[in-house]
Parts: sequence; C-alpha cells; structure tokens
Amino acid sequence: MHHLLEVQDLEVKFALRFGELTAINGVGFTLERGERMGLVGESGAGKSVTGFAIINLISKPGYISRGRVLFEGRALNQLSHEAMRDIRGNRISMIFQDPMMTLNPVLTVGTQMVETLLAHRRISRQAAAKIALDKLRMVQIPSPEKRLTQYPHEFSGGMRQRIVIAIALVTDPALIIADEPTTALDVTIQAEIMELLLELCQAQKTGLVLITHDLAVVSQVTEKLAVMYAGSIVEKGATDVIVNDPAHPYTQGLIRALPGIITPGSRLHQIPGVMPSLTSIPPGCPFHPRCPFCAAVCRTTPPHLAPVDSRQVACHMVATQNGRLEPTGIVETWQPDTRMTATGKAVETHGR
Amino acid sequence: MDAEKALLSLRNVVKHFDISGGLLDQIQFEKGRLVRRRTTVKAVNDISFQVLTGETFSVVGESGCGKSTLARTAIGLYPPDGGKIYYDGQRIDHLSPGQMLPYRARIQMIFQDPYASLNPRKTVRQTLEEPVYFHQPSAKAAEVRDRVAAVMEQVGVDPQWAGRYPHEFSGGQRQRISIARALMVDPEFVVADEPVSALDVSIQAQILNLLMSAQEEHGLTYMFITHDLSVVRHISTRVAVLYLGTLCELAATGELFQAPRHPYTQALLSAIPKLGQHGVHYVKLKGEVPTPIDLPSGCVFHGRCLFADERCRHEKPALMRLQSGTQVACHGVEEGRL
Amino acid sequence: MKATWQRFKSSYLLYSFRRDKVAMASFAVLVLLILTGLAAPLVSPYNPYDPSSIDIMNSELPPAWQDAGSRAFLLGTDVQGRDMVSTMIYGLRLSILIGCGAVTLQALIGIFIGLIAGYIGGKVDALLMRLADIQLSFPYLMVAIFISAIFQVAFGIGRYAELAVPLLIVIIGLSEWPVYARTIRASVIGEKNKEYVEAARVIGLNRRLIMVRHILPNTITSVLVISTIQVANAVMSEAALSFLGLGMPVTKPSLGSLIRSGFEYIFSGSWWITIFPGILLVIFVLVINLLGDWLRDVLNPKLYKGA
Repeated sequence: MHHLLEVQDLEVKFALRFGELTAINGVGFTLERGERMGLVGESGAGKSVTGFAIINLISKPGYISRGRVLFEGRALNQLSHEAMRDIRGNRISMIFQDPMMTLNPVLTVGTQMVETLLAHRRISRQAAAKIALDKLRMVQIPSPEKRLTQYPHEFSGGMRQRIVIAIALVTDPALIIADEPTTALDVTIQAEIMELLLELCQAQKTGLVLITHDLAVVSQVTEKLAVMYAGSIVEKGATDVIVNDPAHPYTQGLIRALPGIITPGSRLHQIPGVMPSLTSIPPGCPFHPRCPFCAAVCRTTPPHLAPVDSRQVACHMVATQNGRLEPTGIVETWQPDTRMTATGKAVETHGR
Repeated sequence: MDAEKALLSLRNVVKHFDISGGLLDQIQFEKGRLVRRRTTVKAVNDISFQVLTGETFSVVGESGCGKSTLARTAIGLYPPDGGKIYYDGQRIDHLSPGQMLPYRARIQMIFQDPYASLNPRKTVRQTLEEPVYFHQPSAKAAEVRDRVAAVMEQVGVDPQWAGRYPHEFSGGQRQRISIARALMVDPEFVVADEPVSALDVSIQAQILNLLMSAQEEHGLTYMFITHDLSVVRHISTRVAVLYLGTLCELAATGELFQAPRHPYTQALLSAIPKLGQHGVHYVKLKGEVPTPIDLPSGCVFHGRCLFADERCRHEKPALMRLQSGTQVACHGVEEGRL
Repeated sequence: MKATWQRFKSSYLLYSFRRDKVAMASFAVLVLLILTGLAAPLVSPYNPYDPSSIDIMNSELPPAWQDAGSRAFLLGTDVQGRDMVSTMIYGLRLSILIGCGAVTLQALIGIFIGLIAGYIGGKVDALLMRLADIQLSFPYLMVAIFISAIFQVAFGIGRYAELAVPLLIVIIGLSEWPVYARTIRASVIGEKNKEYVEAARVIGLNRRLIMVRHILPNTITSVLVISTIQVANAVMSEAALSFLGLGMPVTKPSLGSLIRSGFEYIFSGSWWITIFPGILLVIFVLVINLLGDWLRDVLNPKLYKGA
C-alpha cells in the first residue's frame, strides 16, 4: 500500500538574473490517508512553494530541480499536463488565503461548482448540481439553493472561504492543500472555518496539508507537523510532541516568542535578527547566525534530519547533546539586528 | 477613576463616513418619485472612554468594527461628527490645523503596514529629520543628526544606514524606523495601529519588546489598536472591546481575560486558537456581522447574540460599571441573567 | 554624490537598459539627433537662415549621388536653394525646442492641476477634471487656428514669424495638459491614502507641504513615462500644424514645414525635399517612442509584479 502523499528530497530552484536561488532545499515528508499535517514557518520559509510544488504548479522562472512527489504511488512531477490536470482539482484540491484566487467573480457559485465537477466526472448537469447543493449544505451555508445562483461578491469573507472549501470538496478529493486559509479572516470566523475543515477531513478521511504561520491553529487541527526555516524542514514529527516539547532551537524560539505563553507585561523571548533571504542563506546550518547554541560545526556543515525522541530534528547540537537543549532564559535586552536585506530585495520585486 | 490622570478623554464621539458618491449616484427613483439618498458608514457610534497617563490602552475588535477610525478620530486626523475630545484637559476636536500644531508633537502614531508607512523616496535620515525640523525650525543640524543617530540606535537600527532608502530594509526594520520617527519629537502619547499584525512571529516579539522598552524609557502612554488578542493580553493595561463601532466592554486586562462579561467578548476570547489544544472549541455565534451602513436597532449585537431578548432588539444598552470595575453595555448583564 | 552614482550603477534601470538592445540603439540615435540639433550652427554645412549664403540658382538640386546632384549638397537642395542637410538640422532643432517646450508647459499645468484635484478631491476635483474633459474635447487644430487667428489680428502677420516658436509651445502645451493632469491625479489618489501620508499628517504638515514633499516625488515615475510619449506627440503635433500652414513659416522651417514645402514639388520629381525630412521625423519620433515603451516596462511595477 502506498502512502497518500510522499515528498522525497524535493528541491525547487528559481532561475533569476543573478543566478539560481534555491527556494526549498531537500524537503521530504509522508502523509497517510485521512492524516492532517501542518507546514509551519515564517514568510519566506518556503512553505507555499512546497505546496505549489506538490501539485506541480511552480511557475517560471521556478522549477523542481530534484526529488519526487508521489501521490498514491504516482510520481506527480513526471506526469503529463493532461494526467496532472486530472489529479489537480480532482484528487488534490487547493484552498488559498484569498478566496478570490479560486473564485471567478463573473460566474455564479453554482456554475463554478458544476463546471469543476463536469471537468472531472462523466455525469449530467442535474446530477452535478445536486452534488454542488449537497456540498454547500455540508459547509453549513444557510439557504444553499438560493446561494447557488449568487455571485462571489454577494458573500462575506468567511462565507466565501466556505464556498471555496465546498468547491475543494466537490470532487471528494483524497488530499486538500490549504495555504493560509484563515489568515485574512477574523478570529471568530477563523475558528468556524477551522472547525469545519477539521470535521470535514475527519468525516471524509481526507488528507490535509495545512500551510500556515500560526502554530496554535496547527496544534488544534493537525496530527503531524513540519517546521520550515529558510527552505528546509528543521523539525518534524507528531504535533503534540513538537508543540509541547520543541527540540530545534528555532522551533523553541518560535513557540516562546508567542505572546500569551509568558507573564503578561514581561519581555517576550525573541529570536535575534531576521530570517535570511534566499539570496543570502548562510553556509552550514541556515539558522546558525540566530541560534543561541551555535558551535563551529554549525557554521560549516548543513545538518540533516535525524531521529530524536520520537521526532526528527535537523540540528548538530541537538544530535550531539542527545536531544536536550535547555532553552536559554528570556532575553531581556534585544540585540540590534545588524544584517541588511538589500540583496534579497531584488528577489522580492523582480523575481516573480 | 481619577479624572486628573486622564490624558485623552472621549465623550460620546461619533464618526460617520458619507460614501454615497456624487449627486447623481445619490438620486434614486422610488415609488414614482425621485429621492436623494445618502449612504453613510456608521464607523464610530457614541463612544466614550478615557486613556490614563502611562497606561497601554488597547482597542480590540474584528475588521470593520471601527477601531482604526476611532484611533484616527481621537487624535484629530478625522474630524468627529459628534461628541467631544479632550487631550490633557483641553478640548481638541474643534481646533484649526494651526491650533492643533502644539499637540502634533505630543501625539504620534505608528502604522500597520511597514511597506506603506515610510515614504519610498526619502532616506531614513530625511524621514526622521522631517518632524524635528518641522516642530523646531531653529534646531541645529548637528544636534538633529545626533538625535537621529541616538533614536536609530535605540530602536535597534544601525545609524550608519541613515542614508538608505526604505526598500533596502526588511519589514521588521521598517517598523523600527517607523517607531523611530514617532519617537523623534519626544511625544507623550503614541497611537499604534496594528503595529505588529504584518510581521512574522519572531519579528513581532522584537517589536513588542521594543515598544515596551520605549514606553518605560520615555514614559509613553499607548493607545494600541489590534485584532490580535494574545498581543493585547500581553501588553495592555486596559482593554476596550469594539463591535460595529460600539463599545461593548471596557475592563482591566486581567479582569477581561478571566471574566469577560459581554457575550461578544466571551465569543471573541473563546475563538483565540490555543497552543496545544486539540480540536477547535469556541462559543458559536449565530448569523453574520451586519454592515455598519445599516446598524441593527437596539443592541448592535442582538442579531448574533445567543441570549438576546425583546428588550435587546429595541433598546440600546448603556455602558454601566460593575463592581469589578468592568464597564459593560449589555441588558443581560444588567438584568443579572448573564 | 558618489553613493548616488553607485546606486545608479547597480540599479534595475541600468541593468534592464543594458540588456535591451532596442533601448540602447534608440538611446544612441536619440542622443545623436539631439546633439546634432543643439549644435546645429556648428555641425551644419550652411546656415539656412542666412539669405546671403543661399543661391536661387542651386534650387531643387537632387541628392549628391544622382546625376544632376552636386557634391556640395549631400541630400540636395530645396526650392529656395537651401542645403537640405543644413535645413533639416535646423528644422530638427526647432522641432526639439518646440516639443520639449510644449511638454514642459503641459507638465507644469498638468502636475499642478492633477495634484490639487487628486489631493483635495470632492468638488474641486470634479470641477478640474470636467475642465480637462472640455479641453480634451477641443481638437488642438481648432485651438491652433483660433489662437493664431487672434494672434495675427492682434500683432499683425509680420511679427508672426518671430513669435511662432513660443506660440506653438503655448498652443500644443495648452491642448495636451489634461493628459498629465489625469495621470498625476490617478497616482495622487493612489498615494494619498498610504500610511506615509497619514504619518506626515500626524507630524502636522500642512496640505501644501504634504503634496509637494511627500506625494509629488512619488508620482514622478509616471510623469517620466508619459513625458517621453508626450514629447513624441508634441513633435508630431508641431509637424502636423506646420504641414497645414499653421506652424513654422517657410523662412524658419521646422521638419513639418519642410515636408509641407516639399510636398508641392513631389509630383514634379523633387521627392527629396519631402522624403528626407519625413524620414528624419519618423526616426526621431520612433526612437522616442521605443525608449518610452522601454521606460514604461521598467518603471511600471504592475507589469513585473503581475507577471
């Protein structure tokens, strides 16, 4: 039996005017049927690129330079465009941060759902319309019959994201990739959408890759977790294990930087500096300039994921100290961060 | 509460925006007659509160609740349509721009979007020097230069980069520069409008720490606008919860998070995702947020409230003070049924 | 100063310029034409404005490579016996002068009105923009006919030749300012709601300072882009006016009036009097437009962000 999704040593590069940039570097993980995984990292960590690489939607000047994505045993990045189209939007659905990326503003919601179905199934329009109605009910949209004939702009932000979820579900996919699905929404709406997504995935045995910057949301919804930093996975394993007892210094810092963990009013733990831009990823461990445990080996040799206490961590220091890095105390004074991003800027503006 | 300590005081402030466009857009044909209709967004409705010297006063609410408008109205960027605003005991809402000038150096603001809040055509030095030269035209160049260096140092940006343009900095560094600009004129009151919402978690912690340090060093009073309740809990002294331009609840931070009284506050707090919690557990509200163009009658929250009764639908609840010091506008709380 | 130069050297502008062969070639041609035009008295073989250097016996000589041609006149002579090369160089100078002058006037009026309309908005905006609409709905030819008619009545035909250049600058400048006003207004409206403008208001700056110091510098790129196209348009307008006899007099010919003066003789075989100034005009306008296209591609962030 194959895994539902297996990403092996995936590397994505962008060919730019000053050379090639490695956007993600040797990312690998597996997902079983009905399993939910979180892909967590700060902006620029490569989590969205990973999401797009899974469905083979990296657009130029980017390309998959190494590795494979196996979906139900089939290598997606070697499929023809035709075969890929049959999987994308059918067996694998995507949900984006901005619902309007999925929704066409000039078509009614019903039409869009029916079209999606007809593109992948040999069924009649009536049958498709019935399925669409079922799915709208499933995402708890009030008076779905009426809503089918409305246009996206007639819905509120939260309702739109529900519609997008309904469209994602319409073909009964085996895997949903949700890229920051609730980041643009208010907390009360976020809770509704997340609950919905969780319940639907559980009920339908749908796999979920939840891409987000929000560790708390991930801990509510997913069973597995991979933390990304500067294009690589630095820690992966069961969500509970990592959230309650992070091993990688970056994961530790990320969790301890959250307000609401320590006494209100005291200084927050801060990771000094900023994440390196893709043009200036330091040699060795990409996290070493910001790491409180940095040693000589970290500056020269990139660490690889190695099993530590029922999870995998890419850190020399965790490996040598047998999995226990005692977090340093709360940093009371911050260090002025002295590194520029001037070179990285060109990527942000001209790279796309 | 000690009235002398109030730095900023709002009394029944109202701010509506006319979005009806030109005359032609306003004219509609109705029942055989031409009528002129204006569409107004009721962004801030009859809000009163005081910000006390030295505290961090947070205003929270979801998008569209009027919190940014409230902040801008409070410091005179928008003229209010009703009510009175006092700053340091003086009424400031009807002042001319010239009369307002002395207050402009005492009140500063930090913005949400680090990419839009700095003029892309000005170097950091130009951006930082401008407020000083504007308020003290006689300032000596060498002194201003030193001050720029000192403030940059203080916010954690290398003063050697003063000659660079904003696009050469990362989002977190830009936000530091934005804070530096606010600190340049040595203000006493700073309005921060979602200052960390656009930043990553690790950078957010840096900026929050910087804001807390600046507050201690300069004795600043903050009015903090945000939707992020964990940030609010961490840095605020008191919190005001806004829903549809109306103040629902105002309480000391600890009190609010431990014993929220208003049903909306309860729902809002329950929806914060918690680290290590399994599944999504929250107080479900019914219905959807109404638009601020057509405000519901009675309590603005009644359409979504699980405890609303006939009185809530017709009568606007007034803000009342409970024994705990919490102020809340809810008939249910007043009647003791909540 | 040195830092600015360093910044320019590493800029995206220079980088994309050096990668774009069309832009580089256009730029080279344009610089050559402008330098030639500006240095007309130095580089042209004859002075076409000096009656003493013109011999009517040399009229309508074909280009040097034709049988009847003379080595003294490379591209032949016109009806009055003026050297075509010299006349064209002087004509080019006039075209450049009028084109740039008109665009400067357009830009001054347009930026002023656009800034005020965009920043103040409301009724002022509506009024100014309707004014722009009215201005644009007048064909510039009609404006030109009106103004030159009034002018000739007021000052007499005799002084027309002297004042033709400023007059053309005013006519073309007045008829096209709404293009600038609309562009500036659009980018001012885009900029004025950004937070840095609010920050300037928090500092307490007044409207004038905010407009001039903060908003205006951020609309300059769009001014630059339309300016190239407007210069080309103004040169064409001038040529068209001159061709219709409403522009430069034959004694002080611009490229347009040269084309016109030669047009009468094209059927009698003297094609060179029209064709050469025509080619020069086309090349001049073409390189400006090509450069303008390149500039728009580089400076318009929507193009590379949206791609």
